[in-house]
Amino acid sequence: MTATTPTIRLRSAALHFGHRHLWDDLTLDVAPGEFLAVLGPNGSGKTSLLKVLLGLQDISAGTVEVCGRTPRRGSSLVGYIPQQKSFDRDLPLRGRDLVRLGLDGHRWGIGLPRRGASARITEVIESVGASPYAGSPIGVLSGGEQQRLRIAQALLGDPRVLLCDEPLLSLDLQHQQAVSALIDARRREADTSVVFVSHEINPILPMVDRVVYLVGGRWAVGTPDEVITGERLSQLYGTEVDVLRVRGRIVIVGAPDDAHAEQGGHHHHPDRVGTT
Amino acid sequence: MGLGFYLGQPFAQHALLAGTLVAITSGLIGPFIVTRRMAFAVHGTAELSFTGAAAGLLVANDPVTGALTGSLVVATAIGVLGVHERERDSAIGVILAFGLGVGVFLLSLYHGFATEATNILFGQIFGVSTGQLFLLLAVALGVLLAMTVLYRPLFFASVDPEVAEARGVRLRLVGLLFLFVLALTVTEAAQIVGTLLVLSLAITPAAAAQRLSSRPAVVTGLSVLFAVLACDGGLVASLESNTVKASVFVTAFSFGIYVVARVGAGAARRVWPDRRTEAVRVG
Repeated sequence: MTATTPTIRLRSAALHFGHRHLWDDLTLDVAPGEFLAVLGPNGSGKTSLLKVLLGLQDISAGTVEVCGRTPRRGSSLVGYIPQQKSFDRDLPLRGRDLVRLGLDGHRWGIGLPRRGASARITEVIESVGASPYAGSPIGVLSGGEQQRLRIAQALLGDPRVLLCDEPLLSLDLQHQQAVSALIDARRREADTSVVFVSHEINPILPMVDRVVYLVGGRWAVGTPDEVITGERLSQLYGTEVDVLRVRGRIVIVGAPDDAHAEQGGHHHHPDRVGTT
Repeated sequence: MGLGFYLGQPFAQHALLAGTLVAITSGLIGPFIVTRRMAFAVHGTAELSFTGAAAGLLVANDPVTGALTGSLVVATAIGVLGVHERERDSAIGVILAFGLGVGVFLLSLYHGFATEATNILFGQIFGVSTGQLFLLLAVALGVLLAMTVLYRPLFFASVDPEVAEARGVRLRLVGLLFLFVLALTVTEAAQIVGTLLVLSLAITPAAAAQRLSSRPAVVTGLSVLFAVLACDGGLVASLESNTVKASVFVTAFSFGIYVVARVGAGAARRVWPDRRTEAVRVG
């Protein structure tokens, strides 16, 4: 596979849940080393797109390939970084154990310690700067520390594609920067493609190459300057949306919080869309 | 007749062997029960083994086979009705209430010895026949084997389900298999300590172990060790005492280990503040 072959290929891909069309006719290539942000309101199918790429969700029409193959569960070509969550303080799991699960936690059997694996785990933990607290129980670590370990967990299998599902959520600004910088460094060093689902473009704006913006079945792909404009977002949302660029940040005004607010009256938690 | 005499008897040796294997499996699944918050599932399947035992008693005068067969029915019912985690406890409650009612009805049809019913509730491993004992041994070995296959994905699914699923672990399959392992182990433990006191082997040792370490392998090892100490210690003590049931000693020993672990860990942390507190400061 040459460096120019896309790591992710979607051709006229569609995802429907019953009558609900999350997205239709989505065609997209992601290049090695590219940083792709997936934006959009709640319920627009951002996380479902990651599930498709992880092989956990079949698409309704079209084709999808990751590194030239149909996505399959547990592929080591793909690394996954979830959002931060709270672990019980007395959960018997150290940071290091969490990282180790990324290596072979999904395989059957007991998983006896191997010397090569142990050295590799130490090396990856070192590379994300998590060594000082990798021996502490996961439940007492801060969100930022936990997310560094999550990156180590995802990188252990040396993936070609890194799928990130809101990894910055509920982190403070300093940790947001540190965590996104680590992800950015990885794709530059190893040519790993990054697909980064987020409500917020601003923390990752300096590193984003392209954006996929999903809104209630419609979508737009392009650089942030092409896609995040008042005109494009007004088309996507079907209502008047203004985009302001202030001191290197993007502020979106007038976008409904919920992709389906106008369709079914379902109640979802309100969520910020690209605003700060 | 002293302890030495009893320990030379095949019935006592077999009971100790069965007790050790059951304690090993109980100690092994204990940390998973704590992490997955399945204490109520343990309690439910244990009490329902009363119904299975009553049915076995009535049909074939064999409470052990009845309880083991019943536990598979119960695990299937919980698995089918409690697909989602938030529904699980209410599903267990529904099955438990109905199942116990059936058990009381079955027992009212039974006109054998009243001690049989007490033995189900409070355990009597020394009373079971050789054939039943070998059945218990075989099931314990099978469960132990299943756990060695299931261990890693079960651990992943228990501590970190979202990422486990993303990495390809089939959460529903693993959860269902564990339910069967749990039901069989609990039913086996119920033969020793009785349906009412199963938590002393399935929860207490793991809870004690978690006070002492945050390393998964150490916690599992300690949990198994504590369960074996409490179980075999209780069996030997009841042979010695001759009148008091083994379950009394097993629950007392397992509770004692928990208290010592809890107090000891607290004291150790005050004397040597460990990385737990340090990490809080750093974070």
